Amino acid sequence: MLDVNETTRVEMDWSGPERLQMNMGPQHPSAHGVFRAILGLQGETVVDVDAVIGYLHRCHEKLSETLTYAQYPSIASKTDYVAAMTSEFAYVMAAEEIGKFEVPRRAQYLRVIVAELQRIASHLLWLGTWCMDMGGALGGGATIFLYCIREREDILDLFEALVGARLLYGFFQVGGTRYDIPDGWIEKCRATIDRIDSRVGEYEQMLEDNAFFLARTQGVGVVSRELAQDVGIAGPLLRGSGVNFDLRKNVPYSSYADFEFTVPVETAGDCYARYKVRMVEFREASGIIRQALDKLPSGPISSRPALKSVAQIRIPKGEAYARVEGPRGEVGSYIISDGSAKPYRMKWRGASFSNLSILPHIIPGHKVADVVAIMGSVDPVFGEVDR
Amino acid sequence: MNADQARASLASTFGIDVAAAVPMVVSVSPDRWQELGRHAKEIVGCRFFNFLTAVDWKEQGLEVVARVDNLEDGVSLMLKTKLGPGVSNCASLTHVYRGANWMERECFDMFGIHFDNHPDLRRILLEDNWEGHPLLKSYAVDTPHPPYR
Amino acid sequence: MTLAALPPWLMAVIASFIVLNVVIGMVTYVTLLERKFAARMQSRIGPYRVGPHGLLQPIADALKLMMKEDVVPTAADRHVYNLAPIVFLIPCMLIFATIPFAPGLGVADVNIGILFFLAVSAMEIVGLFMAGWGSNNKYALLSAMRAVNQIISYDLPFIFSALVPVLLAGSLKMSDIAAVQQGSLLKWFIFYPVIGQLAFIMFIVSTLAAENRVPFDILEAESELVAGFRVEYSGMKFALIQLGEYAHMIGSSFLGALLFLGAWSGPGPEYLGPLWFLLKAMFVFLFVTWIRWSFVRIRVDQILALSWKALLPATLALLIATAVVVVWRTSAGI
Repeated sequence: MLDVNETTRVEMDWSGPERLQMNMGPQHPSAHGVFRAILGLQGETVVDVDAVIGYLHRCHEKLSETLTYAQYPSIASKTDYVAAMTSEFAYVMAAEEIGKFEVPRRAQYLRVIVAELQRIASHLLWLGTWCMDMGGALGGGATIFLYCIREREDILDLFEALVGARLLYGFFQVGGTRYDIPDGWIEKCRATIDRIDSRVGEYEQMLEDNAFFLARTQGVGVVSRELAQDVGIAGPLLRGSGVNFDLRKNVPYSSYADFEFTVPVETAGDCYARYKVRMVEFREASGIIRQALDKLPSGPISSRPALKSVAQIRIPKGEAYARVEGPRGEVGSYIISDGSAKPYRMKWRGASFSNLSILPHIIPGHKVADVVAIMGSVDPVFGEVDR
Repeated sequence: MNADQARASLASTFGIDVAAAVPMVVSVSPDRWQELGRHAKEIVGCRFFNFLTAVDWKEQGLEVVARVDNLEDGVSLMLKTKLGPGVSNCASLTHVYRGANWMERECFDMFGIHFDNHPDLRRILLEDNWEGHPLLKSYAVDTPHPPYR
Repeated sequence: MTLAALPPWLMAVIASFIVLNVVIGMVTYVTLLERKFAARMQSRIGPYRVGPHGLLQPIADALKLMMKEDVVPTAADRHVYNLAPIVFLIPCMLIFATIPFAPGLGVADVNIGILFFLAVSAMEIVGLFMAGWGSNNKYALLSAMRAVNQIISYDLPFIFSALVPVLLAGSLKMSDIAAVQQGSLLKWFIFYPVIGQLAFIMFIVSTLAAENRVPFDILEAESELVAGFRVEYSGMKFALIQLGEYAHMIGSSFLGALLFLGAWSGPGPEYLGPLWFLLKAMFVFLFVTWIRWSFVRIRVDQILALSWKALLPATLALLIATAVVVVWRTSAGI
């Protein structure tokens, strides 16, 4: 274990190996949030990593014990704030599973559309920030970052027309969704995803024809199949290591079984494999949205009456664990209910928490520059890590 | 191994009758906790470690809950063990599943459960000099704490 | 006004004064040019509000930097820390001494002009390492160690690729090299069959690396080392370091324009020569900037591998090939 209380003066020990302890502190341009990695360096090679998290800890699990099932979904989006829709999805699905509430077909389709749009928006942010980490805020990375943000703005405009908020929504409620789509939204949605599809093709070409990008990402941060399952990482990290597991296909929820899509799997396990998996997921998400928009049924958007009081939703005694395939992996919510309006115990299975715990296993042996590339390809969001 | 074979092997090794459901809930006593983890990983084939957490049942004590999955055969096991009133020690699953490392640190942080033979048991989300374990039912939501420096 | 009547030392002082001021003015406006160019590449506009189309932005930046508080870290090595920006700046300004901006218009057009330029431009590494060491900061130290590695590795291909036009022209004096390329477009060394193009490409790559520009800017990799060796500098000292970096970059652009693009040759009357020279130097600079805003950076071990395993043997082979071609052409009388 590294000593975190070293003094400020750099003591270079010329007699032994060049050990240096460097702090990639909570304030760092590529920490993806607040994250502290205490690196033990030997020259340029990292030999030891201590990942210190908890800077964004708000104790959501205790908070949920004080809020009712009607109040909490809006707060749930603050865990994975980059992909807020899938965070709310997990909580609401768990409550519905215990209470055995039926969700109407229209609401299920709306949930799918919104979750896939969120996946595209989240992956755009991932691509932009990862390239920026590798290329510098004053360099080629910033160019791709600005292009991706420009596309993401279009999706956020769609969400604003639907819900009224750009980043943290309160779209899901127990029993269905809270809002219905306004007029003209479907045409705008189709136009947006067509545009994004063509532009993502351009970025893919720009990156994959670039020898520097390939040199930075191939062979870096290899996660073996066995390590991936043992640690419990999920999502593109798991599929990049050769395990063919996607919750939308293997354990279909919320009418995902009605849609046709392929699940990309790569066996290399390095940063480039994870990149390829996410790039294919862009296309697949657009395909799912198009199918859902074509087949959107009419009907009610919620099986519960409109909320008039916060303690309105009561769930019988029981427990359930509901999981959704978020952009980062498996987001899960384990609720134990005791029959009242508030949960007795709620556990968030954050995708990024499990994904981040792979870092101490794969970073030692790489150079300092690779730490940034690996962290970007793991794509953590610290709201989910710390909750 | 599929779900029925898993239930049969669990019944024969641990003598418990597991109800057929998704996921299958298996509850053992704390002294057989590590053995259960090993059985789930090696014999039932649940190599994917999903999560590990704890529940505070007030007078009845703490309960440690873990979930493991067999991705190929689609078998999910929910492993539980009731520690009993006043007990806050449990065997560690870190040597069976490497992902249990951070999850058990979080249980220690939030519930005060001490995991035996854990390689690096210290607080993970809260700062090292925090007093108390927040997710216990005895810890009030508005417990005052010194201002952050 | 008879310039010839003034004593030579006074003429030298006046000339250097003029050149230094022009260089500083150019550096400030080149930052604006780069920002506008980068912005257009990223489908945005760039500085727009300060002055018409952002033309007063560099003045605003300079004023801001001058007004900032001068912070020196307590544990830093004061003398090394304070001297580093100056030691860094001096070689970067000195390289402009030997560049002739028009036939006869230069501060000191010495016989060994190219040699002087290359030797002095390699001296900036001293200032860089002083900055990294004196800051007493692990990020700065790491960056300084990488800097020594990189700049030393890339100075050799830089020198060899710059020596190719020297061989083709037969002289180390800068105005001689420029004079050989006068007359017609095809006389420019970049159009010399095969050798010219290869030498230009290698010159550009080595310049990128010797200047710490992306894709070789691991020294100041913002996303890893957060400004590298200059992380502890603020205010006027930071401005001096920026000045030095951009001055070095512009100096290398002028060198590239002189060695390969014919310096002041261009259509029109003779007094337009310096203008053409400036345009060509800006072309080289914008080419380098274009590369900067399109590529991600590569790792330090990959950079060193590229230099020692690929670029150095290639430039060496090119130099020898140039020598062979030159001797063959003179003996065959072409």
